Amino acid sequence: MIFSLVKIELMKIFRKWRTYIGFIAIGILVPLLHLAMYLEGQNSIDFVTRGFRDSFVFVGNLLNGYWISYIILNALTIHIPFLIALVAADLLAGEATAGTYRLLVTRPVSRMQIIISKFLAGTIYTGSLIFWLATMSLVVGLIVFGGGELIVAGSKAIIIFDSSDVLWRFALAYGFAILSMTVVCSLAILFSSLVENAIGPIVSTMALIIIFIILSAFDVQILSDIKPYLFTNYMLDWREFFNDPLDFSEIAKSVFVLFGHILVFFAATSYIFKKKDILS
Amino acid sequence: MIPDENIIEITSLTKRFKDVLAVDDLSFSIQRGDVFGFLGPNGAGKSTTIRMVLSLIAPTAGEIKIFGKTLTNHRKEILTNVGAIVEKPDFYLYLPAIKNLEILAKISGKEVPGNRILELLELVGLKDRAKSKVKTYSHGMKQRLGIAQALLHDPELIVLDEPTTGLDPQGMKEIRDLIIRLSKDEHKTIFLSSHILSEIELVANRMIIINKGKKIVEGEVSHLLNSEKLKITVEVENIETAKKVLENTYWNNQIESINENKININLESKDISSLNKFLVENGVLVNALVPVRSLEDYFLSITSSAK
Repeated sequence: MIFSLVKIELMKIFRKWRTYIGFIAIGILVPLLHLAMYLEGQNSIDFVTRGFRDSFVFVGNLLNGYWISYIILNALTIHIPFLIALVAADLLAGEATAGTYRLLVTRPVSRMQIIISKFLAGTIYTGSLIFWLATMSLVVGLIVFGGGELIVAGSKAIIIFDSSDVLWRFALAYGFAILSMTVVCSLAILFSSLVENAIGPIVSTMALIIIFIILSAFDVQILSDIKPYLFTNYMLDWREFFNDPLDFSEIAKSVFVLFGHILVFFAATSYIFKKKDILS
Repeated sequence: MIPDENIIEITSLTKRFKDVLAVDDLSFSIQRGDVFGFLGPNGAGKSTTIRMVLSLIAPTAGEIKIFGKTLTNHRKEILTNVGAIVEKPDFYLYLPAIKNLEILAKISGKEVPGNRILELLELVGLKDRAKSKVKTYSHGMKQRLGIAQALLHDPELIVLDEPTTGLDPQGMKEIRDLIIRLSKDEHKTIFLSSHILSEIELVANRMIIINKGKKIVEGEVSHLLNSEKLKITVEVENIETAKKVLENTYWNNQIESINENKININLESKDISSLNKFLVENGVLVNALVPVRSLEDYFLSITSSAK
């Protein structure tokens, strides 16, 4: 039954035009970033390497597809959650708005099965959007700019990865991005279970993410104490895959925290939905 | 078929929404093969009761048994044999009708044969529009599609909450005919809610009237509507003559009220012709004798007060 429900949910998601807003936005935004990098990317490379130019000579194609993809991943921390929330916030609230809760809940499927299928479908949508982002930024980036070494600027040093040492890092980074965006998806579904219109959950999800990001950005003692409890603090830890050596304990901690958030949001949504009187 | 087998048994059902008591200690039962009319004015608690029967909302107190099993413990098993329309017919508007039915067939808990969907669409007159998105449908078409989805998995019990709302007279008749057919030919048990007494009278064999969440009356439709005393409105040419003629007669004691040239009088139906004869023989010109059944009168009064 779950398999059928997930298929149905996916069909519902991909039959709505709003689903394609995310794909279209990435399809427009990423090529624009490619164009910008094509025109002015060398300035960015010069900026990253400015402190080392006196001591090192940089040769080869540093303005390459890998570097572009890395920059794009950094740049889209707010945009991608919005595109995820746009669809995820509609998964339950959309049924309430349309009055179709009644169709689902009067069938011999449990409310838990409905929630599981919504979460799985939301996760698949999230994965497909990140996959599309990877395709647009990495694959198209490599086609347009070619391959080469990836130069990553840390706080104290720059790391240069050989082109043969980069692809697996991107694969894991995109995998991590799917996990962190699934947290956003779960949060949007949780908010979606509370109301009967998708606008509120979209706004609430984004507001919470922006507030958490702002709180994370301030370097004040009192805020430092609450940082470990803000899931946004772990969402950009895909960058850890571009460290050498890899800090496995840091990655494992982030994965654990993000999974924990997904489970908590799922449990809260299930509880709310099981108790919910369907009045729409 | 087991005669007199209770398909639905509702015991002391209560639903409270914060300060509002929507359903108050309601008990009734529906037997196999019944077309059971669930009547009440708007806001009486009909839809809340139906939503509890379909597990859309949880009762505050009381018990619902369907097919002899408690709904809370056997929800999935029960819903496999229940088809329903709850209030207005809502569908996935961005999908064609046939796709909506395919989705619902997949989660109906029963194997729905491949041709069943088209058969049903033909039954409700939507076969030609099967591939049109539901957003292009009129209200009447959605209502008919609602009937199709309720019948999709050939359920034993069909719950129809105001199924004729928004339909034209022809559409209402078609739905009524379908209900009668489902009951007579396919022996379905039908739980039909409405706020229109005449609609229930035309199709139901048993009924309950509720108001403000409470049961007012329950029983056989024919018994409730026809065997009680009638209230007759007698319209006469000259009210003073009529008053004089009726003075000191048996009829005078039955008079409920007199307004202008109308006398409202409580009678057994067999006495109507006698009254008419008595008045005419005593020189009172009778313009009309309008019978109003007491239950109908009562129902009209609670319906109008609820508006």
